[in-house]
Amino acid sequence: MENSISNPLALIAELTHRCPLHCVYCSNPLELQARTSELSSEVWSGIFREAAEAGVLQADLTGGEPLARTDIVDLVRAARDAGLYVNLITSGLPMDEARLAALVEAGLDHIQLSFQGARENIANEISGALSHSQKLRVLEWLKSYRVAVTLNFVIHRRNIDQLQEMLALAESSSATRIEFANVQYYGWAFANRENLLPTRQQLDRSVEFLNREQERLQGRIRVEFVVPDYYAKYPKPCMGGWGRKLMLITPHGDALPCHAAQVIPGLSFENVKNRGLREIWEQSAAFQKFRGEGWMQEPCKTCDRRGLDFGGCRCQALLLAGDASATDPVCSLAPLRPKVDAILASLNLISDPVGAGPAPPAPEPVTRPSWLYRPNPS
Amino acid sequence: MPPDLQSRPRLAAGCRLAETPASRTNGKDDRQHTLLMPERALRLNGPSLQIVQRCDGKHTVRQIISDLQMIYSKAEPHKVEQDILGYLALLQKERALDFEL
Repeated sequence: MENSISNPLALIAELTHRCPLHCVYCSNPLELQARTSELSSEVWSGIFREAAEAGVLQADLTGGEPLARTDIVDLVRAARDAGLYVNLITSGLPMDEARLAALVEAGLDHIQLSFQGARENIANEISGALSHSQKLRVLEWLKSYRVAVTLNFVIHRRNIDQLQEMLALAESSSATRIEFANVQYYGWAFANRENLLPTRQQLDRSVEFLNREQERLQGRIRVEFVVPDYYAKYPKPCMGGWGRKLMLITPHGDALPCHAAQVIPGLSFENVKNRGLREIWEQSAAFQKFRGEGWMQEPCKTCDRRGLDFGGCRCQALLLAGDASATDPVCSLAPLRPKVDAILASLNLISDPVGAGPAPPAPEPVTRPSWLYRPNPS
Repeated sequence: MPPDLQSRPRLAAGCRLAETPASRTNGKDDRQHTLLMPERALRLNGPSLQIVQRCDGKHTVRQIISDLQMIYSKAEPHKVEQDILGYLALLQKERALDFEL
């Protein structure tokens, strides 16, 4: 009766790298792009039209903090007018109720409000800012507007034991969807990894809890859960496969196959100011590089799962194996999986290989870790 | 749980029906109906489109069933009913519908 649609499905528009928060796991690259190089609203409007023509259905307006753009209402309207479904991925700062009303009026379909925890102390610690109480205000305002709401919690060792409180917050709001996304270890999160990775016992407990809650909330709130793939048996199908579904545009207009692609040496990225979006999608060397299966090594090359996970994440392969074409080392079939186990063991997180029983819990850090916070670009 | 026959399904906030260009791969120029929602898009045709077009907070589930039994009069009526209830349950699971009483 229905088919899920694949092919360039979503355009991830990183409108700016500026942000009032300084989260220790930010997905922005370590080298942030300056305000002066950001694309104008006219250029973005053109990108949205080109994307819609190329078959893209959804625009994810993100950053940095998209609300840091003073023209955000115009950008929402431009994306909607182009025929796209408009998602705003935001921390909720800076916002007041009039601005929220204007965004909805401009055609915003879905707001993903990020939370750094269920309690103020940990949330503010992780974001390096006094942000939590403002988010609660935004959540309250949202009850009066007809817009889809997702609460987005990024999960790690310091807040994974608060899932029940996070769900309670969602149930008291107008959210129809909640995302528990464990931190993925690139960039800033990679630098802060030892203080973010949950223990195996924490993870097992959370999975069990969420399976139950998913059942209980069915039809009311869609509960989604992304595990930390260091603990997984198989890698995640990163970005739904390289150059298969998603295209990311950086604040100054470079077109990337994923958030972290800039770390891969030898890749060069084309800019949407110089070349058409569909042409870049179809032809640019960066998008072609890991598309399909031709680039794969063993064991991926002959693996039955290669059409499911596409060899996992290229950036993780680079970070952990030193080779972007290697099988993602988090895969239990990867020759370098012992390296991931060694990382977990060195952090005192597990003492047994993946798939075996639970390990003793790691001691909780009593004091605040010395986080590396992401700064603001110039 | 199957939806109540007296309830009136309505697309939830942030879920909407759109006409989008048909997939490039099929080479045709026609428009395609798509149900857009958070992190999802469902391509609709035939009966699924007929159902979603009636999820307007006005039609009851019972009315949707009898409308489609009329449109697809060659199909076995009980089969049509089961298919519709199944499809509404799927949309409910995706959190694409509110059921108003």
